[in-house]
Formats: sequence, C-alpha cells, structure tokens
Amino acid sequence: MRTRNFDKPKNFKKSFADLFRYIKKYMTVIIIALILAIAGTVLSLIGPNKVGDLSNLIAEGMFLPTGIDFSAVNQIAYTLIVIYLLSVIFTYVQAFIMTTVTQRVSKKLRGDICSKINRLPLRYLDSHSHGDILSRVTNDVDTIGQSLNNSVTSLVTSLSMLIGCIIMMVITNWIMALSAIGATIIGFVLMGVIMSKSQKYFKAQQETLGELNGKIEESYTGHAIVKAFNGKNDEKESFEKTNSALYTNAWKSQFFSGIMQPLMAFVGNFSFVVVCVVGAVLCSKGMIDFGVIVSFMIYIRLFTSPLGQLAQVATTLQSTSAASERVFEFLGENELEDESDKQTVLTDVKGKVEFKNVTFGYDKGKTIIHDFSVKIKPGDKIAIVGPTGAGKTTLVNLLMRFYEVDSGEILIDDVPISKLKRENIHKLFGMVLQDTWLFEGTIRENLKYGKPDADDREIEHACEIAGVDHFIRTLPEGYETVIMDSTSISVGQKQLLTIARAMVENAPMLILDEATSSVDTRTEKLIQKAMDNLTKGRTTFVIAHRLSTIKNANLILVMKDGNIIEKGNHKSLMKQGGFYKELYESQFSSKYSEIVED
Amino acid sequence: MLKILKKLNKVEWLFVAISVGLIVASVWLDLKQPTYMSDITKLLTTGGSVEDILMKGLLMLACTLGSTAISIIVGFLVAKIASGLSLRIRSNIFDKVQGFSANQIKKFSTASLITRTTNDVTNIQNLVSFGMQSIIKAPIMAIWAIVIILGKSWKWSALTASAVGVLMILILILTIFVLPKFKKIQKQTDSINRIMREDLTGVRVVRAYNAEKYEENRFGRVNSDLTKTNLFVGRLMSLINPFMTFIMSGLSLGIYWLGAGIIQETSISLKLEVFSDMVVFMSYAMQVVMAFILLTLVFVMYPRASVSAKRINEVLEDKSDIIDGEGATPISHGEIEFKNVSFKYPDADEYVLKNINFKVGKGQTVAFIGSTGSGKSTLISLVPRIYDATEGEILIDGVNVKDYTLSQINDLIGYVPQKAFLFSGTIQSNLKYGSKAGEKPSDADVEKAIKIAQSDSFISEKGGLDAEITQGATNVSGGQKQRLAIARALARNPEIMIFDDSFSALDYKTDKKLRTALKREKKHTTNLIVAQRIGTIKDADLIVVLDNGEMVGIGKHEYLMKQCPVYKEIATSQLSKEELA
Repeated sequence: MRTRNFDKPKNFKKSFADLFRYIKKYMTVIIIALILAIAGTVLSLIGPNKVGDLSNLIAEGMFLPTGIDFSAVNQIAYTLIVIYLLSVIFTYVQAFIMTTVTQRVSKKLRGDICSKINRLPLRYLDSHSHGDILSRVTNDVDTIGQSLNNSVTSLVTSLSMLIGCIIMMVITNWIMALSAIGATIIGFVLMGVIMSKSQKYFKAQQETLGELNGKIEESYTGHAIVKAFNGKNDEKESFEKTNSALYTNAWKSQFFSGIMQPLMAFVGNFSFVVVCVVGAVLCSKGMIDFGVIVSFMIYIRLFTSPLGQLAQVATTLQSTSAASERVFEFLGENELEDESDKQTVLTDVKGKVEFKNVTFGYDKGKTIIHDFSVKIKPGDKIAIVGPTGAGKTTLVNLLMRFYEVDSGEILIDDVPISKLKRENIHKLFGMVLQDTWLFEGTIRENLKYGKPDADDREIEHACEIAGVDHFIRTLPEGYETVIMDSTSISVGQKQLLTIARAMVENAPMLILDEATSSVDTRTEKLIQKAMDNLTKGRTTFVIAHRLSTIKNANLILVMKDGNIIEKGNHKSLMKQGGFYKELYESQFSSKYSEIVED
Repeated sequence: MLKILKKLNKVEWLFVAISVGLIVASVWLDLKQPTYMSDITKLLTTGGSVEDILMKGLLMLACTLGSTAISIIVGFLVAKIASGLSLRIRSNIFDKVQGFSANQIKKFSTASLITRTTNDVTNIQNLVSFGMQSIIKAPIMAIWAIVIILGKSWKWSALTASAVGVLMILILILTIFVLPKFKKIQKQTDSINRIMREDLTGVRVVRAYNAEKYEENRFGRVNSDLTKTNLFVGRLMSLINPFMTFIMSGLSLGIYWLGAGIIQETSISLKLEVFSDMVVFMSYAMQVVMAFILLTLVFVMYPRASVSAKRINEVLEDKSDIIDGEGATPISHGEIEFKNVSFKYPDADEYVLKNINFKVGKGQTVAFIGSTGSGKSTLISLVPRIYDATEGEILIDGVNVKDYTLSQINDLIGYVPQKAFLFSGTIQSNLKYGSKAGEKPSDADVEKAIKIAQSDSFISEKGGLDAEITQGATNVSGGQKQRLAIARALARNPEIMIFDDSFSALDYKTDKKLRTALKREKKHTTNLIVAQRIGTIKDADLIVVLDNGEMVGIGKHEYLMKQCPVYKEIATSQLSKEELA
C-alpha cells in the first residue's frame, strides 16, 4: 500500500463548486424548495407569537366578569391550525424536493464514476486499488447523498433566521445588537477554528475507509491463498493497521463535529447574558426602556437555535466535502484522449498489420519493447512465442491501444492505428484472453457480449464449435443459467465460453492470448480445427506456450527480452537450430537432461 | 442489533455508564438554566441592580459552561464508543471471513462481503454515534418531566399521552413500510459493488468488445433501481420531520385550548393557580414530547442500521461447512491416500467425483490428467479441505484429514492455485507470505525457492526482492506471477506440494527446468500435479486419468499408453509418434 499523507483539503471550496455543477440543473426546483423553507421559517416565527396571544387572552379573560372570550380563542386556534398545516405542507414539499434532488445527484455521480472507468487509461486502472475505487462509488457517494439532503435546507433556513434576527435587533437598538453580534462572531470564529482543525480528519476518514476497502477487497479475493498459507496473521496485521487508522480518524472527526453544538449553545447563552447585562446598564442610565430588553431577549432565544443548526450543518458539510473531494478527484483524472475528431474509419480490412520501430515501456526509463518492427501479410496466422516476460502480452496491449506506444507506429492496412478511434480498432479484433472474465448474467447474455443482436442459432453454433454446447445443455437452465460466484464452472469451461464469445463477435482479425491454456488438449485440438476454419483468411495473433498448437502458423515470432530474436515458420526455425528449437524440444522429457545442463 | 451491541468491551461499557451519569447531570443543568433566565427576567422587570443581574448572569454562564463541558466529554466518550465498536465489528467480520470455507465465500459473494465489512459497519457507527446520546437522554428527560407534571389535570395528561401515541403509531407505520426497503437498499448496494468490480477486473475485455455502453447500461439499471428505492424511502422519511413539528405545535395549542375551558369552569380563587399550572404543564409536556422526538430521530436511523446489523450477524453467525479437526500428529510426513472418495457440491444432484482410490508415498509425484471439467481441480482441493469429501475418506499419513486442525494441514501443504494470486506489496512480502507452525520462511528458504522456481533472473531485473507488486499484480507477466506463486509455496518447505495446473503460463523450457530443479532439490516432497501437458506429467510416479469424475486409468505413462484409451488419446493429441517413443 502506498502511504498517503492526509493533508488539509485545499479544495473545500472547489469540491463544493464541483458539486454545484451537478446540482445546477435542478436550480429552479431547489429555489422553490428554499422559498418554501423560508416561508416555513416565517410561519414558525408567527406560531409562537400567536400562542402568546392565546395565553394573554386567557390570562386577561380569567378575571373578567364576562369570562374568557371563547370566540377569540377559537379564532386564534383555527388560525394556528391553518398555519401549522401550511407549515407541514411547506416543509414536506420542500423535503420531498430536496430528497429527490439529492438522490438524482447521487445517481448521476455513481453513473459518472462508472462511465469514467471506461474512459480512464488502463495505466491508471492497473495501478490503483479496485477496492478504493469501489469505496468511492458506495461509501463516498452514500455520504454525499445522506448529508447533502438536510444540510442545504437547514443552511438556508437557519441563515435566513439568523439574518432576520440581526436585522430586527439592529433596528431595535444598535448598541445591544452590537454586543449580540459580537458574541455571534466569537461563535463563528470558534466554528471556523474547529472546522479548519478537524477537516483533515474528515478527509482522512474517507480516505482510510477507501484504503481499508481496498485491503479487504484484496484479502477476500485472495481468500484461498490466505487460508492455504496460514497467512491469517499477515492479513490481520495489515488490516488492523488501516482499521485502527480509520478508528482514530473516525473518533476524531466525530468528536470535533460533536463539539460544535454544545459550543454554539454556550455562545447563545453567553450572548443572552451579555445582552441582559448591557441592557440592565443601559436601562439604569435611562437610555432604553424595559420593553426593548424583553424583545431582545426573545430575539436572542430565536437566534440561538439557528446558530446550533449552522454548527450542525457545518460538520455535515465537512464530511460532504471530504467525500465529494474524493469523488471529484476520481472524476477529474486524466482521461483517454478524445477521439471524436478522428475521421478515418476502417471497416473492410484486409488484415495487413505492421509494427514499425515500436518502442515501449510501462515505466519511464524501463523500456520493454525495443525498436520492434515486423510486417504481417493479410490472412496470416502469427504466433508469438518466447519465455514469460518477453513482452508478448505487451504487444497485444499496444496493438489494441490499451497502452500507447512511446515511439514508432503500428499500422493496419497501412493506416496508423493512432489515426483510428480506439472503438474502431477494437471492432477489428476478436480477443480471447487467458483471464476468463465473465460477468454475472446468463450464459446467453455473456455470449452476446460483443454482438448484442446475435441470434440463438449463431450463439449455439459458436458453442458447438467451441465444444461447450453440450456442457451448457447439461446445466438445469441451459443457456439461461446465470453465471455467479456460486455457480460451479471450471476455469477450463469458462475459457471455452470466452472462446465462444469471441466467435459470436465474428471480428475480421483475432487475438488469442493463451486462449486455451486451461483447456485440455483433446478439446483444444477440436477447437483448433474449428478455429482454423474460422480464421481462414483472417489475420490471427496467437500467443501460446503449447508449441504444438502453433506449428502451422505462417509466421512464428520468437521473442526474448522485448526483441524478436528469431522469425520464420516451424520448419525453418527448427532447421535454424536456435532458441525456438530448444524451446520446442524442451517439451519432451527425452531431451530432459540436455536442457537442464545449459 | 442487540447482538451487535454485545460487542462493546468493558471499557466502553464503563464509558457508557459515565455518559449516563454525565447526561443526568446535564439534564439537571439544562433544567436549571431556565430558572436563572426567569430570575434575570424578574430582576429586570423589578429594576434589580446591575450587580445582581451580573451575578445571576455569571451563575447562569457557569451552568452553561458546565453543561457545555459535559456535552464535550460525553461527545468524546460517545465518539470513542462508536468508533471502537465499529473497529471491533470490522475486525470480527474480517477474522470470520478469513476463516470461511470456499463454499461460504461463494454463498455470500465477495462483493457483498466487502460491503458488509465497510458500508454496513458505517451504518451502525452512525446510529451509535448520533443515537446513543439521544437514547440515554430521552428517557431521563421524559421521566423527569413526567414526574413533575404527574397529578395535574388528567385532560392535559391524556392529550400529551395521545400526542405521544400518535407519534409512536406514525413511527411504527413508517418502520413497517420502510424496513423492507432498507434491506433492498443494502442488497442493491451489493449489486452496485459487484458490477463495478466486474467492470474493473474485466476492463480489457470490456474495451476489446467495445462494451462500454453495455456496461454502463448494466450499471445504469442497478443504479436506477437503487435510486428508486432510495427515493421511496427518502420521501417517506421526509414525513417525519413536519409531522413531529405539527404534533408539538398541536400539543401546545391543545393544552391552551383545553386550558381555557378548564379555567373557565374553575372557581375564581383557584383560577390563577390553574393558569400557572397550565404554563408549567405546557413547558414540561414539551420536554416529554421533545424526548420522544429525540427517540424518533434515532428511529429514523434505526431501520437502516438494523438491516446492516442483520447482514453483519449473518456473516458472524454463519457456520462453516468445514469443521476444524481435533489435531493429530503426522507420522511420516507426506503419505496421501484416497479411499472411495466421492464428491458433489452442496445442493447439486450430480457427483463431480466418483469413487476415487489411490495411494501415494512420501517423495512421490502423482499427476492428474483429464479433459476440461473432469474434476481434477476438485480432486486436489479435497486434500487441503477447501471442500470436504462427500463420501469416503482422505488420509494423510494414515490420519483422516478431518482429524487434523486446518492450520496443521495447511502447514503440511504448499498450494499453488490455477489462477496465480499475489498480494500488493513487494516480491519479498509475497514470498514470505504466511507461516508454517507460526514461523515465517527464512531468507535462505526464500532464496532457495526462488532458484527452484526459476525466478532469480527476472527478480533481479525488477530490482530485487524489494520490487513493488501492485494490486492484482498487474506489473508482472502471467508467467512471472505463476513462478512467484510457486516460489511462495516452496519457501514454506511443505511436505506436500499441490500444483493446480500451475505451469500453464510457463513456456516449456522454464516448465522443464523448474520441474527438474524441483525433483533435485525437493526429493522428499510429495507432489500432486494437475496438468494439461503430457510432457509435464510423463515422468510422474503415478498418473491418475479422470473422465467425468471417474478414474479411467491409473499407472505410469508407459502402462497407460497401452492400457488406457483416454490417456492415449490425450497423449497423441499433443505429441507426434516419434516424440512419444
């Protein structure tokens, strides 16, 4: 795991600006919601007032000979019911709107992360923890969704309440207003100090959560190994390291967010006392009358609750910011270059492929492919052989433009592939990899992956050729069997399915990277025959260790350390008596000793 | 949920107890503050001196300060409790999953286990951190207030009680509607995780097939489902807040309304008393309702957390189908015998393996060959008890594997899986991975293992043992990965090596060199080899030929070439006549 430094997020503002872009399109409804929220606030200011009237009415009426004025009481009561009902409606509609908006924003964020994955260079994905990316989709977006919902409205209502109060106070008496405002400023300064101190913990919390997710993903994926090697302690050790880091960050951030509200309550009470004392002094000097103090006391009480709410909002927004910073950091990663302006389109390819002085390295300074050049005739079957790590798969990565060449050029039908859209290149190649990736879905869905409009006949035909039709039919649900973690399909069978998938796609050229390594040789032979029919006239790249399967290749490239050291067909290479011959003969135990000696 | 709370440790329970005490104190202080406020108001109205007001003011400030200090301490304690609890739950789940059998992992699915270990635990942490204070504070507040207003007008009490009743009913109804939806949300989060994970691991295939749109649509569907459920829940839950405010305001209105009637009917002399009763009742009734509102706020968070708790308990309580043995002392280190072994997957009808019998002595090599799906990998996975045989028994040194402890068996075995899996870290950390009898492999062991696994040259090319391995080992080639996986198993000096088609990514030359070195350096190791290549297994002491889960041949190469048609067919498909000679 790379070590991370949990620096203060410089981007508190930026992450909200980013978030704002997502919210913008809902601005009209949000404004409606906010207006409703403010209306609700106003109603909530009227309510207590009316209750006060009611109490006065009762108090006054108590000792009057006429008794309490019940018609007036009822009238106030009815008005109040209307006010309360209105405020229920306002608040609900407002909450409804905000919930809807936040959920839609969360959805958009998740969707954007998903499509972002498809636009990121493999270089990025190969070098970043999957668990961490997953954490951004679930944990971080969840945090944004849950926190954004309430905070925006309470921010607006409490701010409007606060400002309203301050305006009323200034109008009533500016000296006393100043002391109240002074107290508030102390409050906000406190809030600011705590926030700036604690923000790093919020950020660190989301980050360690992501890191932990990555760790867990790895341990669970490698479960079989952990068990077989009694490696529990190793896993436990590194897990606990991150887990306790998360613990520390979690309690710290939570503690700081917990401090806010009591502190604000204190600030509220503090300003109450200040106002009372200042008021008493002014009063004794005859500068104000008692009524002013009383109304000030009411304002102060009204003033305290939004202060507390603001504190609450502030802490929620801190976690929102930390989470959205992570989301937007991911969304902001450099993407694959935009290719919409590329006009060249290759459709009917003949299948001529040329590597021209290609140089490439995964890391800068560590060149793996050195000045590689080869010309391939249309329809040829090209085998690439060589010891592991010689760069065979790297050639495929470059041909498919999963990675871009450092220098040199690859041409298909004399068109440099850098001039083509990646999508176009991918369409030209059917690909079967050693890694048997299938997704959770029915077998049929998996087989149609490269050609969504394939009909049943095509699919079944491909499976017959790949020798997997019979197996599929023995499954209880046949082609509709859902492939899941819990479905017992062997690696070999999965490989057959991936071969069938490539056959359904029916692309003009083929890449087979160790496509049959987990298939037994009898089945492989059958597939081989079928493939030979299929690949007739198609340029095909085969990477294989079983040299028997590539004997009939038109061109065999023997690679070692990123260079082609020999090329030719099987016969000529055997005659040449070089590395290939050695490799070929090493298959047979009779020649055992010679090879061990070298 | 309760089961989860049982995970609190002693210190945390102490913290809880302290918090309760402190919260009682803070409720008392909170109830005290209003008296000072009214005192100050009185002083102001009666024209009290500035000193008196200042005095009372300072007292009140002291009160607030005390209450603030208490809140901060309680906040600290609760933060510690909540994070400590989630730390422990995560740890427990992680440990539990580490002990899972392959079947259990399959049953839950990896994606779901990941969500359960992080996302679900976070839900619980949130409930505890935000809910605990309220859950302690609310009853104290409610009881305190009820004691004070007990015995006042029954009409008011009835009104307050019915307000509380309505509140409870509302919460109940909401919970009934919302709880199943929360279950759905967590399940859908699993799906989100799953598809995203598939998308990440299969990124090359996705791109090669231009299936980006397809993936986005697949994800989009689950995303829409999740959003739909979230919207339903969110919109329902939004009802709570306005309703609570309505009930609160309605209650205060009701008390006055009723009060007006009550006062009207009482005799003049008692009127003032009843009026002040009403005002007092009103403020305390508010406290009661407030307390219940605090509780309802907890209930807003409760459904999601309870669903999460259930999901966590499912993991923690799941019984392994592989039961650890009592432990036994192996005698000769590495003799393996299969006695009438049959196997089928749980819930499956058909047997994957039928009636397997063979015996292999110390230092011997037994190879398994057969077509794809013939049960080779399953067979060898029975030895380290990745699965347990359905019928028959497997003996290591004459003792049934089920009688050993799992860690004993794993100490005996070096396992190289079909799909080489490396951990992120360095080459060194991977090669020294795991332990045997509690010990890590020594540097010398690692050195030797590297040599046998033909890995010395590429390791030094990568910059030595400290070279980084990325997650998913994307920075080494398939063959290098496989060799490191082999070296890792060898470094533990196991008595038994299991190679599950572990040479498939090696070229023949490396394969040959590796096996020769193995034979030379590890004479006393028993080898179980699954392979596709005849060349790899030709020299084995014993070859078991499998077809559809049954043994159709057993013996040495020469014997099988003559006697076993299936074997012969496999062999001839790979080698030419001369090569076979």
